[in-house]
Amino acid sequence: MTQTTAAPAPVEAPRRPRRGGVRQRLEIALFTGPALIVFLGFVILPVVLAAYYSLFNWNGLGPLERFIGFDNYIRALNDPAFLRAIGNNFTILILSILIQGPLAIGVALLLNRRMRGRAIFRALIFVPYVLAEVIAGLAWKLLLSPRGGVNGLLEDIGLGELAQPWLANPDIALGVMFVILTWKYLGFAILLMLAGLQGVPQELQEAAAIDGANWWQTQWRITLPLIAPTIRIWIFLSMIGSLQLFDMVWVTTKGGPVGATNTMAVYMLQNGQGAPGYGSAIAVILFAISLVVALVFQRTAMRRDLAGALTSGEDR
Amino acid sequence: MNNRTKRLGALIAASTVALLGVAGCTGPSSGDGDEVKIVWWHNATSDPLQGLWADVAAEFEDAHPGVKVEVTGYQNEDLQRTLIPNALQSGDAPDLFMVWPGGEVRSQAEAGYLRDLTSDLSAEIAEFGGVVKPWEVDGKQYAMPFSFGITGIWYNTELFAQAGITSTPTTLPELVTAVEKLKGIGVEPIAVGAGDLWPAGHWWYQFALNACSTATLQSAIPDLDFSDPCWIKAGEMLEDFLAVEPFNKGFLATPAQTGADSSNGLMAAGVAAMEFMGPWNSGTIGALTEDGEVPEWLGWFPFPSVPGGAGDPTITMGGGDGWGISVDAPEETVELLKYLSSAEVQSRFAAIGSGIPANPGAASALTDENLKSIAAGLAGSSYVQLWLDSALGPAFGNPLNQAIVNIFGGTGTPEDVVKALEDTAAAQ
Repeated sequence: MTQTTAAPAPVEAPRRPRRGGVRQRLEIALFTGPALIVFLGFVILPVVLAAYYSLFNWNGLGPLERFIGFDNYIRALNDPAFLRAIGNNFTILILSILIQGPLAIGVALLLNRRMRGRAIFRALIFVPYVLAEVIAGLAWKLLLSPRGGVNGLLEDIGLGELAQPWLANPDIALGVMFVILTWKYLGFAILLMLAGLQGVPQELQEAAAIDGANWWQTQWRITLPLIAPTIRIWIFLSMIGSLQLFDMVWVTTKGGPVGATNTMAVYMLQNGQGAPGYGSAIAVILFAISLVVALVFQRTAMRRDLAGALTSGEDR
Repeated sequence: MNNRTKRLGALIAASTVALLGVAGCTGPSSGDGDEVKIVWWHNATSDPLQGLWADVAAEFEDAHPGVKVEVTGYQNEDLQRTLIPNALQSGDAPDLFMVWPGGEVRSQAEAGYLRDLTSDLSAEIAEFGGVVKPWEVDGKQYAMPFSFGITGIWYNTELFAQAGITSTPTTLPELVTAVEKLKGIGVEPIAVGAGDLWPAGHWWYQFALNACSTATLQSAIPDLDFSDPCWIKAGEMLEDFLAVEPFNKGFLATPAQTGADSSNGLMAAGVAAMEFMGPWNSGTIGALTEDGEVPEWLGWFPFPSVPGGAGDPTITMGGGDGWGISVDAPEETVELLKYLSSAEVQSRFAAIGSGIPANPGAASALTDENLKSIAAGLAGSSYVQLWLDSALGPAFGNPLNQAIVNIFGGTGTPEDVVKALEDTAAAQ
């Protein structure tokens, strides 16, 4: 740098592009540096450390001394409780896509039409998503408890025989949990779909109408293909959310009764207490599963994007 | 240009300093200037106990000019499972903090975080007697208890009278009869917070005490050897008792202490008649009554004897809370702990009814009838077995209690509990 400043002015001119390059690089380093350090320090480093801790038998206190290789992973994958938790995560994932998706698209299509009170409906549907997760969870927990509001209502309207401990019955608890999750997250899905619908040009629908297509045909052949990218993004977010599901379960059931609503993240917290090495192994498995699912979906989603409705016209 | 480079350099330097500054925040816990700061963490999040600890801290500050005591109460599980282990591991530990007996004090002491109090508090250790043993590791005292009591059955005297139960059950068959009578008047006989796992765990621990001989208990836990058939017998006793259906509706999702639908809440509302719990229970039930007071109808009796086991009927199950001092704590912390262990502070602890004082000199200050019964039960015990999850250590808590709750839910067997114990032991 001293050389540059010491150099005479005429020589400077041809060097300008290179000097600009150095300056640019410095600027890049300066602006991305802090973010990069934070990202490396608080995201990448913990992931690497978790992978490292997972190879030890460690009670969280004192130095890492007892290296045990992959024993923590073997132990986790042989624990029926953990396998059940993985199964629950995937059950929620599949149910979300199969039930919440069509439901959200249907409601979004309805709300996209001109009708009275549309703004109010839109706001109401979005309310659960805005509620804090813990508050919503506690409200549901109180409503669904054996002496709670749901059972009280059922008894008042003469359906007392349907009353039961909703979150304490291992046979139905996961289903009840899914209903709560649907209530909580459907608003978000609908909002995304509505946003997607805003991007569908009115002209295409008019053109279809002129060609004699009825409302169903228009939705099926025009609207749905055009909002497919939105649907795929929602599926992606929903899958990641399902795999990492924690807070709603923790607040309402803590994974119970007898593991019926347990998820990987809940299992990690409960079994990682006093054994952070084992907990780290669970975290790494959760990370790996999420990563694989995300990558596989992105690959297939991208393939579908290329063969999607917008480009298929060129193929024909 | 030169200026610009300088400015750039200054910026980089400034951000580096800022980052280092963040990293440098975790210094020693002494305050500004000559003032000594003692950081004290406990688990009392409501009065009267929270107020007592605050008063004690203020009195200590007055008596020791230049010492500042920063006292904070945290929710028990957060404190025990997250806050303290993380603080110890990060090297920024509180100076005085709650230490749980058994496995927990052992792992903290072995990792070198706790100050050896054997000589510092030799007078207090002698004064307290055998109650300090659960906080002893390899013959050295690493924490001083401030409360110690045994688990028993808390019950609603009014509901018992309504159901026509004239005397408290002393044997398991009598308890079963009481359960039937209580069902007859339409109340939930026994509340159990199996949603939190450990309250259900305590039932199995109690049956293990009834099934196993004292010698087996004393050797199995340190050796982690659960081959004695009595450990399976404990689960079978529990299964037999569960067949009576003594527990509240939806017990699998019932929490222990939070809200009206917790087992404490069911007791407070008079919906359930009994709960098997530790000595803190009058306080946590009282917190859930309409007026926030401990109900007058609350009674206590020791767990009934169980026929058919090898267990000594005079053995009881219990535990307590202690104070430990970090190795890095200022010397004044030892004085604070001595003050906390004094008969004076312990008597005030006893008088507010938050638990049984560990200092025997303070037992006479107990005013609460139930705590007096517990103290009497404790005095009559031939041996007090620490709650098994405490005795075995934090890594055992969840697998053991989950396996026990599986028996409650009808999806697990007595053998599964022993397998969970053995699997966890193998991973230690």
